[in-house]
Amino acid sequence: MVVSGGLIDYARALERQRALVEDVIAGGPDTLFLCEHPAVITLGRRSHEAHLLRPRKDLAAQGVSVISVDRGGDVTLHAPGQMVIYPVVNLKRRGWGLGEYLRKLEQLGVDLLKGFGILATGDDGRRGVWVGKEKVASIGIGVRRWVTYHGMAVNVNNDLGLFRLIRPCGLDVQMTSLGRILGKPVDMAEVRRRIEQQFKDFMMGSSI
Amino acid sequence: MIQKTAAIVVPDLGDGIVSVQVALWLKKEGERVAAEEDVVEVVTDKASFYVPSPSAGILKRIVVAAGEEAPIGAVLGELE
Repeated sequence: MVVSGGLIDYARALERQRALVEDVIAGGPDTLFLCEHPAVITLGRRSHEAHLLRPRKDLAAQGVSVISVDRGGDVTLHAPGQMVIYPVVNLKRRGWGLGEYLRKLEQLGVDLLKGFGILATGDDGRRGVWVGKEKVASIGIGVRRWVTYHGMAVNVNNDLGLFRLIRPCGLDVQMTSLGRILGKPVDMAEVRRRIEQQFKDFMMGSSI
Repeated sequence: MIQKTAAIVVPDLGDGIVSVQVALWLKKEGERVAAEEDVVEVVTDKASFYVPSPSAGILKRIVVAAGEEAPIGAVLGELE
């Protein structure tokens, strides 16, 4: 099943994900939830407040909210033009371990970029999807009763300048995007279609 | 009456993951826990994982406190 959330507030999207997790725990089908968020910084469980590079009140004045969430990973940022991929998948039912799932998620990002003619790689150490030394997609997941939520955020057309507000994932890395690599804006609907197709083929087999 | 105890252990999270960090206990010592209820949240570098209670009972003892590391299979807490 695929749910398209459009541009949706982070907190509302998290509520939606929690409801989907309950559905999947109760035996429902694995679901892919795709959306974009208005500008928001989220802190994972291992986030360091020092990785916010501006005081919270300055961020609030810029219309960027800061939310602490139950996912792995350090600080990250979402903004319109970034495709957010939240697979709600029952790992137990699929016989997948956490590491295996994270690699599959990363591979989904690598394959997405390949479809646009971009050579990207995953990284077992740092996680995420990289083009050279620059990062295109960030990963952080949560798992309840072996059902996943949170997921991966792929920079497509979003304002990369916003990443100056944080130290992404606690690393001193340069962020990039599909749009920047290709030198032109990329059709979000096309990105969404490709991710849906890949998800069906690669992650899900025929059972979605 | 014989008190039965059960251990809350770090589950096998699959390939490549050898240890976790305890992020948050959702129950306090002495609190009642239902079977399958989320009792403690553990994290790896990219994932947060809620460990469900193996059975119903009372959380007798927290063995690994929030912020500490624990290997796969380690006892995090005891139920009675």
